[in-house]
Amino acid sequence: MITIIDYGVGNIFSLYQSFKAIGADVELTGDFEKIKNSDKIVLPGVGAFGDAAKILFDTGLANLIKNEVNNGKPLLGICLGMQLLFEKSYEYGEYEGLGLIKGSVKPIADVISSDFKIPHIGWNSLTYPNKSRLFETTPEGSFVYFVHSFYADTPEENIIAMTEYGAPLTAAVANENIYGAQFHPEKSGDVGLGILKAFYERT
Amino acid sequence: MITKRIIPCLDVKNGRVVKGVNFENLNDVSSPVDLAQFYSSCGADELVFYDITASSDGRAIFTDILKETASKVFIPLTVGGGINTLDDFDRVLKCGADKVSVNSGAIKNPSLIPMAAEKYGSQCVVLSADVKRVDGRFTLFAKGGRENTGIDALEWIKQGVENGAGEIVLNSIDTDGVKNGFDIEMLEAVSDIVSVPVIASGGAGCIEDFVTLFKTLPKVDAGLAASIFHFGEVQIPELKKVLKQNKINVRL
Repeated sequence: MITIIDYGVGNIFSLYQSFKAIGADVELTGDFEKIKNSDKIVLPGVGAFGDAAKILFDTGLANLIKNEVNNGKPLLGICLGMQLLFEKSYEYGEYEGLGLIKGSVKPIADVISSDFKIPHIGWNSLTYPNKSRLFETTPEGSFVYFVHSFYADTPEENIIAMTEYGAPLTAAVANENIYGAQFHPEKSGDVGLGILKAFYERT
Repeated sequence: MITKRIIPCLDVKNGRVVKGVNFENLNDVSSPVDLAQFYSSCGADELVFYDITASSDGRAIFTDILKETASKVFIPLTVGGGINTLDDFDRVLKCGADKVSVNSGAIKNPSLIPMAAEKYGSQCVVLSADVKRVDGRFTLFAKGGRENTGIDALEWIKQGVENGAGEIVLNSIDTDGVKNGFDIEMLEAVSDIVSVPVIASGGAGCIEDFVTLFKTLPKVDAGLAASIFHFGEVQIPELKKVLKQNKINVRL
């Protein structure tokens, strides 16, 4: 069973429905026991890094997630949920993240050319600097849907997908059993469903 | 490479899709859920649902339909119509909307945009503006294009972006329903003053109109239309093929 962690952040209706659409046994919950008893965890998130991180630390979910992941449970962070996996974010201040993947979250304005609009909104294509189970069934060049103003700055060995938007940007990351997607697979049509299915069946 | 987006718009009333010419003479077209699935399967990049019902019963039917759509269609959904408060944002976001578009609600209560942007993020707040030339000036209209607010549209849009709107849907009343092409002049004026994505709406009659739009105004991010898609006058797969042939990046 997959649990999508419900901690009051973001639109998770579509994410839940997309796992159901691929035939996954999925539950939306903030219940610690259910999360512990699940086979895989999805960490969603839309909104501000600082607020979301505070909720995770204050509720004890941060420790729970770290323990589960350290025991080898596969985790998929999506959008802000991916950014929260890193050590730090510089989104309107400086905030501590879960520290499960080395690196930090920075404004895309720092790296992209100024004639590109921010946020980066829309369908963009993927390239794979490293192999990953998450993309085994998704060919390079496939399009996925992005909405973000910040990106993950992380060593190249952690990057499993890149996209191009005025500069190369991190699109997905992995560190052993920990995965993260900057884009929204639940909003990326059949390609996105395929990526969620790969997480469900291949990790 | 980022792509230009093609967005069918579904005006929903009492659970059905309707679209009129110049906002009047509504014709029943089809089921919103079926149409949304159809569009998603033929390559639409995003969908807009406008709730044009006024009653609370109509609202409830609309959210049921939105939920059903979001359970079957996995591309971005924007919802507009009848968005006046943060509770309205909450209501549609919980039913699977990704973005919420404000129009008359923001004219009545300009603090709606900053409050929503603060609570849900700018990426969630779309400012939809119905604009018409009055005495040679781009003027903002309210209530589905029926009421002249007297507000300078460019000033309004600029202010909306400063207040946190993350995207603009610019609907030209002058070209809407005329099917003679998008309002390039109006779109250029808006694109020049904002740094967020601009979605062109009103006036598309054929595939060439989209080619002209993106060729003439590379700053415009998306093209939105309704009846030409609903009645099959423009087929999205063919439209994207032609855009690609014209070296405009699209998702195929």
